[in-house]
Amino acid sequence: MLHIPQSIIDEMTAHAMSLSPVECCGIMGGTTSGDDAHVTHIYPIKNEDHSIVSYFMDPKELLWVHKNMRSNKLDLLVIYHSHTHTQAYPSATDVRLAFYPDAHYMIVSLEVKDQPDIKAFRIVKGNINQDEFSVTTPSAS
Amino acid sequence: MPINIRIPPPLLPLTGGKSEIEGTSSSIAGLLEELESNYPGMKERLCDDQGELRRFVNVYLNEEDIRFLDGKDTKINDGDEVSIIPAIAGGSGEGLRCQV
Repeated sequence: MLHIPQSIIDEMTAHAMSLSPVECCGIMGGTTSGDDAHVTHIYPIKNEDHSIVSYFMDPKELLWVHKNMRSNKLDLLVIYHSHTHTQAYPSATDVRLAFYPDAHYMIVSLEVKDQPDIKAFRIVKGNINQDEFSVTTPSAS
Repeated sequence: MPINIRIPPPLLPLTGGKSEIEGTSSSIAGLLEELESNYPGMKERLCDDQGELRRFVNVYLNEEDIRFLDGKDTKINDGDEVSIIPAIAGGSGEGLRCQV
């Protein structure tokens, strides 16, 4: 099970809403223990496409994030982006470009403005499986 | 001193889970052949049928994208670090950048 602090969910949502209608994107890193993965860091990354229908993570920032996660001994747990006009479900483009089978692909939908819908998926060899995740609060963790 | 090669999560199955390996090649082109020799299947993941780096694969020599250096002809010196990082992209629709 993937566990994400409420504060990081809030930061991701704020990132999505601040850039809307352009899609946002970023990465979450954390630690893995058995079947549990705990997100501890969020890295908003520049959408080089600056598009309302696509994202392309800035390669320079992506390199920096990979190095930062490695130095902090973090695993790449979540790849997130927003769909500003469609549902929280991977598009054909998302599936075709899903090169990280171990990552959780998280989508923030702003189809209904002010009511963000967040869902996570595994995308492996073109197959989409929705993933459960838990949102943790300081008192519960 | 060998060169250090950083392997991204999607390619770890090919290296037996090793995220850092060593190489001895003096160019990126040589390194691709060395990787294929030591870890069969690697070149297919990194290069297209013409042997060119796939569009969605980024290779960095230290901090520089080799596309802004000399591409596959980029020279590697002892102690350099080569990082292989697949692009992360997608989106709700078909963007120009995402049309392969």
